[in-house]
Amino acid sequence: MSTERLIEVPRARVKVRRSTHSPIFTIIGALVLVCLLTVAPWIVPAQFATTLTNFFILVIMATMWNLLAGYAGMVSIGQQAFVGLGAYATLYFAIKGLNPFVAIPFAALVCAALAVPITYLLFRLRGGYFSIATWVVSDTALLIIGTIAVLGGGTGRTMPGLQNLSPGETAHFSYLATWFVALIVVTGTYVLLRSRTGLVLASIRDNEVAARSAGVNVRAARRSIFVIAAAGCGAAGAVLAISQPFIQPSNEFNLQWAAEMLFVSMIGGLGTIEGPIIGSIIFFVLQQSLQQQGAWYLIIVGALAVVIALWQPRGLWGAFRDRFHTELLPVGHWVEPGESGP
Amino acid sequence: MPLLQLEGVSKRFGQVVVADAITFQLGQGDAVGIVGPNGAGKTSLFAMISGDISPDAGTISFAEMDLTRMSPAKRARAGVGRTYQVPRPFEHMTVFENTLLAAQQGAHTRGHESYDVAFGALERTGLATMANRPAGSLTLLHRKRLELARALSTSPKLLLLDEIAGGLTDLEVNELTSIIRSLRADGIAVLWIEHVVRALLSTVDRLVCLSGGVVVADGEPKEVLASEAVRFVYLGGKRLDEVAS
Repeated sequence: MSTERLIEVPRARVKVRRSTHSPIFTIIGALVLVCLLTVAPWIVPAQFATTLTNFFILVIMATMWNLLAGYAGMVSIGQQAFVGLGAYATLYFAIKGLNPFVAIPFAALVCAALAVPITYLLFRLRGGYFSIATWVVSDTALLIIGTIAVLGGGTGRTMPGLQNLSPGETAHFSYLATWFVALIVVTGTYVLLRSRTGLVLASIRDNEVAARSAGVNVRAARRSIFVIAAAGCGAAGAVLAISQPFIQPSNEFNLQWAAEMLFVSMIGGLGTIEGPIIGSIIFFVLQQSLQQQGAWYLIIVGALAVVIALWQPRGLWGAFRDRFHTELLPVGHWVEPGESGP
Repeated sequence: MPLLQLEGVSKRFGQVVVADAITFQLGQGDAVGIVGPNGAGKTSLFAMISGDISPDAGTISFAEMDLTRMSPAKRARAGVGRTYQVPRPFEHMTVFENTLLAAQQGAHTRGHESYDVAFGALERTGLATMANRPAGSLTLLHRKRLELARALSTSPKLLLLDEIAGGLTDLEVNELTSIIRSLRADGIAVLWIEHVVRALLSTVDRLVCLSGGVVVADGEPKEVLASEAVRFVYLGGKRLDEVAS
């Protein structure tokens, strides 16, 4: 098809900023944080390092869910399918003799490859039907995996390839693997959202019909994001399988993963990169401080989700950003000199 | 060779016929108005040209390309820009980002070139001073202008304007029509559905009247408005087949 244009829109040289403030402090802060978190298992108590490992697993999952729902408008309640498939792909590679840590990227690739045909089924559906179908996909995957004896069937099995490591070493390496996957996922998401794709995703979220008429290939963009999110959740499943090395379908494919992704994205702020991270921090603080309260813990967490959904639908970070017009990880475009008057 | 050509285009939703073998041509740089009562099939016609719906029969060609089964995104990239009757801004994006997206995806521009195309469209439509505002905060007039700016950012050869003057004051309509006239003067073809007839008359040099999915009049605007067919579809009187004969 010819892309030749007979008519040119008059152009004006314009300066565009990609940040509301100088990025230097963010970059310094990020580098310090990266260094601290990399050495954390050697300077914090083992129990806290385990908590951080679980925290990063949730950050990975929630960042991917936010990309799906907060940016591309696909509300999935079946992302645990790829968590489980990632875990079992790692188990399979480990059974075949590959080091489980080395298997992490391959598990992510397996999930990405499996996600492609799944999109051809799911993308025939819209809205609530899409969401329910993602859950069906997840339960189907759980049932199929449960029938494969070599993977432990329905009762599960231990991850091979970790036995020559001491429990302390396993915990340290699990932490580092999880932290690096989280770093790659969050950084990759940031780079993706700052690129042209970021605007494409935001436009699909805001108005799919208008996005098409502006030249956006909505289906291709959605498919790419679904595949990326599957790979990310697959990597989360892989590090989950290494950090909690007894692999069981009911744990890896647990609906609880989807609920936690949804909860932390919602309270933190959908459609922001910072939101899932802040939501995960709040979730872990609540979990650590209310764990002894039994059922009350769940009631308080549920009540918090309801309150935020009703009074701060853009989440805590969304509300903060709207009020103070600031972003830690800016992805927008600001025309300079900008005027915001009427 | 016409820029846009529809040959026997038909579409029905159940028993309702929205297009009945419509044949229609529009040349490079032409400005054509479309009038007709509610339910005449005007917006459905636009939806078939822009690709939001597919015709049941007939062909649509544009700039020597067959558009009939082409996706809306490909049509936009080929040079078909459109606005919607009810504005559809990307509400959580800024005004500038709305046009930037169209410049990058519709007009295949990158980097600074895309910034210049997007901002040029805002300047053209009087929105440059609002570039950094969230599109969701705009008034109706500014939303309509943003629809136009976004379509313009795709570097269109043809603009489909769907009741862009609807709901605006006389002054606002005048401002908008002067922008559309200037776009037409630059060689962009315009196909414009509008109930504000005086806005149409100041801009177009041909008028088409649709009723029940059928073209009942097509020609010089004043002649079309004075024709019995158009009087019938708006005011009633003779039966349509009598008018057609």
